[in-house]
Amino acid sequence: MSNSTPANPASVAKSINRSKDAATAVSSVVEASNPVQGPNNIVAPTKMTGSQAIVRSLEELGVKDVFGLPGGAILPTYDPLMDSTKINHILVRHEQGAGHAAQGYAMVSGEVGVCIATSGPGATNLVTALADANMDSVPMVAITGQVHSAFIGSDAFQEADIVGITMPITKHAFLVTNPEEIPRVMASAFYLAQTGRPGPVLVDITKDAQQGDMTFSWPPKVDIPGYRVVTKGHNKQLREAAKLIASANRPVLYVGGGVIKANAHQELKAFAEFINAPVVTTLTARGAFPDSHEQHVGMPGMHGAVSAVTALQQSDLLITLGARFDDRVTGVLPSFAPNAKVIHADIDPAEISKNRTADVPIVGSLDEIIPQLQEACATRFETDKPQDLTGWWALLNRLRETYPIGYTETHDGLSAPQNVIERIGALTGPEAVYVAGVGQHQMWAAQFVKYERPRSWLNSAGLGTMGYSVPAAMGAKVAQPDRVVWAIDGDGCFQMTNQELATCVINQIPIKVAIINNSSLGMVRQWQTLFYNSRYSNTDLNTGHGTARVPDFVKLADAYGCVGLRCERDEDIDATIQKALEINDRPVVIDFVVSADSMVWPMVPSGVSNDQIQIAKGMTPVWEEED
Amino acid sequence: MAKHTLSVLVEDVPGVLTRVASLFARRAFNIHSLAVGPTEIEGISRMTVVVDAEGDSLEQVTKQLNKLINVIKIVELLPETSVQRDHIMVKVRADAATRLQVTQAAELFRASVIDVAQDSLVIEATGNAGKIDALLAVLEPFGIREIVQAGTLAVGRGSKSMSDRALKTLSA
Repeated sequence: MSNSTPANPASVAKSINRSKDAATAVSSVVEASNPVQGPNNIVAPTKMTGSQAIVRSLEELGVKDVFGLPGGAILPTYDPLMDSTKINHILVRHEQGAGHAAQGYAMVSGEVGVCIATSGPGATNLVTALADANMDSVPMVAITGQVHSAFIGSDAFQEADIVGITMPITKHAFLVTNPEEIPRVMASAFYLAQTGRPGPVLVDITKDAQQGDMTFSWPPKVDIPGYRVVTKGHNKQLREAAKLIASANRPVLYVGGGVIKANAHQELKAFAEFINAPVVTTLTARGAFPDSHEQHVGMPGMHGAVSAVTALQQSDLLITLGARFDDRVTGVLPSFAPNAKVIHADIDPAEISKNRTADVPIVGSLDEIIPQLQEACATRFETDKPQDLTGWWALLNRLRETYPIGYTETHDGLSAPQNVIERIGALTGPEAVYVAGVGQHQMWAAQFVKYERPRSWLNSAGLGTMGYSVPAAMGAKVAQPDRVVWAIDGDGCFQMTNQELATCVINQIPIKVAIINNSSLGMVRQWQTLFYNSRYSNTDLNTGHGTARVPDFVKLADAYGCVGLRCERDEDIDATIQKALEINDRPVVIDFVVSADSMVWPMVPSGVSNDQIQIAKGMTPVWEEED
Repeated sequence: MAKHTLSVLVEDVPGVLTRVASLFARRAFNIHSLAVGPTEIEGISRMTVVVDAEGDSLEQVTKQLNKLINVIKIVELLPETSVQRDHIMVKVRADAATRLQVTQAAELFRASVIDVAQDSLVIEATGNAGKIDALLAVLEPFGIREIVQAGTLAVGRGSKSMSDRALKTLSA
């Protein structure tokens, strides 16, 4: 009679504790009142084609700008797109450019970025941008044409299983073969991209679905039974967090890009000031907390400030907000912040305790959680006074003063790249948008530009995509045409995606590109200097001083119809930047010829503890002052 | 590594099996067995996945599974609060001399003979993994020609239904 065992309610309850609605520290499931974004028009059933429905859906969703490039399988959709007065389509020169442009657009505006490509190669060219957006939680929707549904699986011309290809690198991917589904799928895609942990969503639409007839009505019913977003933090966990905060002697606010995604920077500032804890902002969180604020102790990580890295290492409580314990921040994980308890607040439950076990997990949206935390702390502090942090601040202040981010002069007569980047930031100011590629210039742009506001710093952090800068800057400028947008790029990165300068010129998107030209793949070269006995295997690009200068960036800029400038001497840096700032009718490209020997410091070498941070080659800071 | 049985309710849409299976592969989990089929609710399928995993990594893979948009609900079924059954078909050598012995062995396991040929039998059996192993051990000396096995099926004991609760979540 084995099946006569009565069900034990406790064990049943235990067995469901991994279900969606009972995820770690979930208190309530809050539904967005209207999952369909946009101006909320009501459209009575209207006959149209699938293609018209795609364009109409974009209009009803409130989309203003899209980036794309047509081809056979998406041709039907480009026809009604031509007639749309609400949607500005920007024709890119390569689909990857459309993808990064959509990312840049989304990062500065907080709205879903949109890109369009055809089937096969058009779609696969979006893959890098989708993977990039997935890593950095960027809300974007990619619309791709697919071959006729009758040909799927037959290796038809320009056929690629893009839904299959992008499954691991998107939040979700839809295949649409029935035109009637278009409004619902489009609205669902935008809802998924925008809510919860934002991310890229792909909508692959067959040619026959575009050509077929359907009945369009709006709003469609968005019903995604497997998708629930928790926004409010769990009260019990919040009380636990407040208890830890009250008793912490060395608390640190470890702030990640999630704070920016949740638009919670003001809440963060209020909370940080309330508990007086030091704040570190990760590579994706630069600008989430003002650099000029006295509680900001820097960027942590492999190339972080000594004060920020030490703050985490010596902390006894990490108040982690929208960060994910990425390996570039933690170094060797078991040696990371060894004495710290961890409060981890994130909208994605899967990030909590993924790399570092959280003592207090809080699932929810940071714009709700941070005020809740502050309230919980205020209540707690009434009876349980927080610790005196004077000693903690004294240590961090000493480190901040002794080991500020700095750089050494060059020995080859060429400009220091750090100086160029610092001057760009200083002369342009915090209202501008700075978009980096990947490598040394990216780290310097993170270190030497002062960020005072969220969404002013864009880079490819998680995936590390060289070539991100120019197209992302283009997208940013389209979203916020009134802001100065600097692409701070490397000579290697720039050569990967500079074709979008044509798009910028033709569409009057006057971005400013500063090529930090050290004539090499600088970050790789740095590692070769440090770890491969200065054997420079395949890192020389021959673009700089005393080389064949292929390509000549000034001539290249000129060929594209941009203004091309070259700056080779320290004394010309400011004047060149000023000149660029005065040109607003077309893109400007500046070839800043800099030293190839400059290196990014501080640095935690790969594979060692963050305690081994070096401020220059072989130099480790003095941790404790001898009295 | 310990085996864990997960019941996963999913939307019955194209690609959902690929999504679930590739997620396990991507996160380096070994799927021991997998069974998929429709449920009592139209549009919802149920997968029973037996995986090799330790506690922390099981929690991580469950969370990752939950992030799949088509996954509605995941429950880990513990051995003590669920019934779990394997299903097998075995083709065994059996001629006139050994046929009776083979059929008797099958009867001992309450297995059925579902096909008879001159020199072979196909035996069908249902039971927990231990019983299936024992049956195979007994049949082995006669000569096993083929084994076909379905993924483990599992359901929680008692009157509660996993999909009831999932649907309640849906309408909430």
